[in-house]
Amino acid sequence: MQLKKSSSVRKMLAVATTSLLSGMAHSANSSGDNGWEMDSAILYYSEADRISVIEPVVSLRKDIGDENFLNFRFVLDSLTGSSPNGAIKTSTAQTFTTPSGNSNYTTAANETPLDPTFHDTRGALNAEWEMPLNKTTKAIFGANISAEFDYQSLGVSANISWDFNNRNTTLTTGAAYNADTINPVGGVPTGLTAMSASKSSTGSGDNKQVIDLIIGVTQVINRTTLMQFNLNIGTDSGYMTDPYKILSVLDGSGNLRGTDPYLYEKRPDSRTRQALYWKTVMGFSEDVLNLSYRYYWDDWDVSSHTVEMKYRFSLGNKHYLQPEARYYVQDKANFYYYNLVDGALPTYASADYRLADLKTSTLAFKYGIDMGNDSEFSVRLGKMNQTSNGDASFEDVDATFVQLNYRMVF
Amino acid sequence: MKSYVSILLILITLMSGCSSWGVQPWERNKLAEKKMQLEPAPLDSYLDAHIYYSKESSSGGAGVGGGGCGCN
Repeated sequence: MQLKKSSSVRKMLAVATTSLLSGMAHSANSSGDNGWEMDSAILYYSEADRISVIEPVVSLRKDIGDENFLNFRFVLDSLTGSSPNGAIKTSTAQTFTTPSGNSNYTTAANETPLDPTFHDTRGALNAEWEMPLNKTTKAIFGANISAEFDYQSLGVSANISWDFNNRNTTLTTGAAYNADTINPVGGVPTGLTAMSASKSSTGSGDNKQVIDLIIGVTQVINRTTLMQFNLNIGTDSGYMTDPYKILSVLDGSGNLRGTDPYLYEKRPDSRTRQALYWKTVMGFSEDVLNLSYRYYWDDWDVSSHTVEMKYRFSLGNKHYLQPEARYYVQDKANFYYYNLVDGALPTYASADYRLADLKTSTLAFKYGIDMGNDSEFSVRLGKMNQTSNGDASFEDVDATFVQLNYRMVF
Repeated sequence: MKSYVSILLILITLMSGCSSWGVQPWERNKLAEKKMQLEPAPLDSYLDAHIYYSKESSSGGAGVGGGGCGCN
């Protein structure tokens, strides 16, 4: 009898403790006590001989009562350096006109042509209002604005999630719309016309609309495992050409042709994209495995597989170390050409290596320390390599990044 | 469109069809921890998505909204 009583008391205490703990954890995740939760990061990203980016980000989250939250994110990114202009390297030096048409730059023999006039600063603001619609349904409405000197983007989004099956299954659906405007330096070049100081132009600017729809389901598998499946469908319409990129045109003997050896690229003005995404989070004692896979395909014939893995090792005493690995492999767009050959031109053409058959491999390590009172500091170091996965090989891109994070509640 | 609906139905059936999956409310202590969330570090995900959007030709999958950029 005595034993029975003590066992049922123990059971009640266990239930009360876990309920309290889960309540505390929930409140920590949602900036309890009506305070502000701040998350911040600064990224330094640098490619060997190419671009460098410094990108500070601050996000703020505020509990405004009745399960309503406001989220804000501020981003500033500053980019300098050189970017490939799309032309191929040749055995002689090459001279190109800058996008403004006001000057020239020269690339030495046997070097990949890089446009050195590349620099940009972008500011972006994202605001969200998270609200319960009823006991099991939650909505998040968002708006975003982003501006750089030649590109502006305005967008709205809405996401609704519904918990059912004893809150073990969540169905999420969302939609986003973005209206972008581009005003390239020197105007919008006419696609597949010759690069020159007096380029043929279709105007000073153009625009693009992006619509995205998503539907997903998240399932609690057991006490330490979560799983998510998403289907994302998107359409882009409008100007999607890169106004600063060109293609080399070779003659029958493999040399740059004598007249108009460089043409501005031209991409289709519509694109339909799909992505299937799977993610799982698994806890092992104090460690956590985060694993995801994405299959992407679109009507430009680009398709890709992305696998990403993060494993958080608890080092005890509030420290953790997280190795991260990502592997991406892509099949080229149907209008990607390493170079064009003199003769009839295709309808669309681009030599942008990002549309080529390529592989990206990334390896990173993150170290974090819990500093108490819901604050955490972490540092993340990573290396990325992009290499050709086809017969026409572009030069490898090697990048290093360092990221510092600090999170606190005030 | 039909194929999207089929994919969805298969996913939803797969994810919610197994009655042995799921936990009771008092078994959520581990799942409530921040490190066990689907996005435990949203800024890492945001910055990664920005890098890869600028360097590759695929995007999306994890969510929608958040804004666009020239990123050339």
